[in-house]
Amino acid sequence: MKKFKFLEHTADIKFQAFGKNIEEAFENSALAMFTSMFEGKVNKKKSFKINVKGKDFENLLYNFLEELLFLFDSEKFFLANIKNIKIDKENFKLDAEVFGDDTENYEIHLDVKAITYNEMFVKEKKDNWVTQVVLDV
Amino acid sequence: MKKLKKIAEHTYELPKEGKMKVPGRIFISDKMVIEEDALKQVANVAHLQGILDYSIGLADMHVGYGFPIGGVAAFNLKKGVISPGGVGYDINCSVRLLKTSLTKKDILKKQKEVMEALYRKVPSGLGRGSKFQITKEELKKVLKGGAKYMVEKGYGVKEDYLHTEEEGCMEKADAEKVSERAIKRGIGQLGTLGAGNHFLEVQYVDEIFDEKIAKVFGLKKDQVTIMIHCGSRGLGHQVASDYIKKMEEKYGFKNLPDRELINAPITSQLGKEYFSAMSAAANFAFANKQLITHWIREEIKYLFPNAKIDVLYDVCHNIAKFEENIINGKKEIICIHRKGATRSFGPGRKEIPKDYRKVGQPVLIPGSMGTSSYLLVGTKKAEELTFGSTVHGAGRVQSRSSALKKFQGEKVKAELTSKGIEVKSGSLKSLAEESPQVYKDIEEVIKVVCDIGINKKIARLKPLVVIKG
Repeated sequence: MKKFKFLEHTADIKFQAFGKNIEEAFENSALAMFTSMFEGKVNKKKSFKINVKGKDFENLLYNFLEELLFLFDSEKFFLANIKNIKIDKENFKLDAEVFGDDTENYEIHLDVKAITYNEMFVKEKKDNWVTQVVLDV
Repeated sequence: MKKLKKIAEHTYELPKEGKMKVPGRIFISDKMVIEEDALKQVANVAHLQGILDYSIGLADMHVGYGFPIGGVAAFNLKKGVISPGGVGYDINCSVRLLKTSLTKKDILKKQKEVMEALYRKVPSGLGRGSKFQITKEELKKVLKGGAKYMVEKGYGVKEDYLHTEEEGCMEKADAEKVSERAIKRGIGQLGTLGAGNHFLEVQYVDEIFDEKIAKVFGLKKDQVTIMIHCGSRGLGHQVASDYIKKMEEKYGFKNLPDRELINAPITSQLGKEYFSAMSAAANFAFANKQLITHWIREEIKYLFPNAKIDVLYDVCHNIAKFEENIINGKKEIICIHRKGATRSFGPGRKEIPKDYRKVGQPVLIPGSMGTSSYLLVGTKKAEELTFGSTVHGAGRVQSRSSALKKFQGEKVKAELTSKGIEVKSGSLKSLAEESPQVYKDIEEVIKVVCDIGINKKIARLKPLVVIKG
């Protein structure tokens, strides 16, 4: 199964991410966001534990991606992978451990300004989960 | 586009439908292709409380977040709303034009050196941040004082901020309304360009269209100018995100045609807080360009010791402001939202620097990478037709992903070099993404605004050196 795919959008970045469960779909959404900034191998030299809350799945995804964007700007953190991601589907809570490297070691070509609700969805399909996100760049 | 009704040259009405409070007004030429979704956004904006006259789409319009880019809307102060979507994520994304005592010939002798020096000195800041490190307390002073504060600190001269929209400082700015997160995102980014369409360009005056006004602005043929295009970086982006969330929590989006049009009444506590935080972010952008101006001066003076560099003008492209206009024949203070749009005041307005006041406000329109930029002047007609507003650039027509499929950074660079333009970028990919072909033709955009009389053409500027994030 494909982790994510980028879709056409005139000015911004639009992608869909997939997973066999919601955790994997969220993880792949995060990887898609970072891939839009730099595509290639990223080392795992530092890590952060994150926990975010939301009011629904879309809001939780928004807050999750925004937390990573915050780490990108404030801690110069570039994501490589995510471990132990857990989503409490009833209370819309997410815990995860994110691994990555210093942004300075990569040739970043795009500035993601913000996550948007534009056309955003988190859907459970027959046998997988799909998310869609538009990033303001 | 069958819904559009032509009412004058380059002027179309998008008739009032359903719950629209006013019609839409679109200023485009027959040659331009408009996205249906952008038109829908113009119509959506017309649904907002307290909107005055009409919701405007300018010649460079394309789809944005809630409001279209190239969109203008004015609101009544008592009944109207303020919306972060009407300003955009990059608060006060803006353009500053410097005029120098150098000529094209001077630059051509040292073209590569100029490129290398500016590239080294002015970072994109992408993933690297700025070499200019400040404390939180200092950053708060920057948020309060904008370009003015930077000049007081020694990074420029008084004339710099006097030749800046709002004199480089939005008065209502309140750093306390800016979240800790926004401060953490922005603190390491003062003095950085960012990426996307942001750039730094060394240009020369290729043609003068109005000698008299060009003289007032201090420009002549072959003179070298430097254009800086950047915004409020992560700080501004976070302010927008924060207040979108706050407004959604407080007011919801049930009565809105689009979740992204979230807003707050201008008179409400939250509306006022957003304006104060947005003003602080705007000041960050003013200060950002002031610091970059200072660095450019250092580098250019190192290469050309006798060079003189002055700020010609500095305009906001993404902003909400309170301005006087004539509504139903009477003077009224309105809340204007300009998103990917430029103020375009005619002669006599007190907001225009004294030395330019008789001729009107300079309007700076950057072209896409490697193409011409324009210096225009605002008009009284703009105050009548578009609440004193005009376009902000060429306007994107192609996605980044399709640009990446069609163009290669290497080739884009080679093409520019063959035209005599030296270009340097942090990444070749970003050159492909910003390839000139993904934008509308700037010439056509300029033709529309001059034909309808909201601007007058003063000078065309052509690039010699391009630095991209």
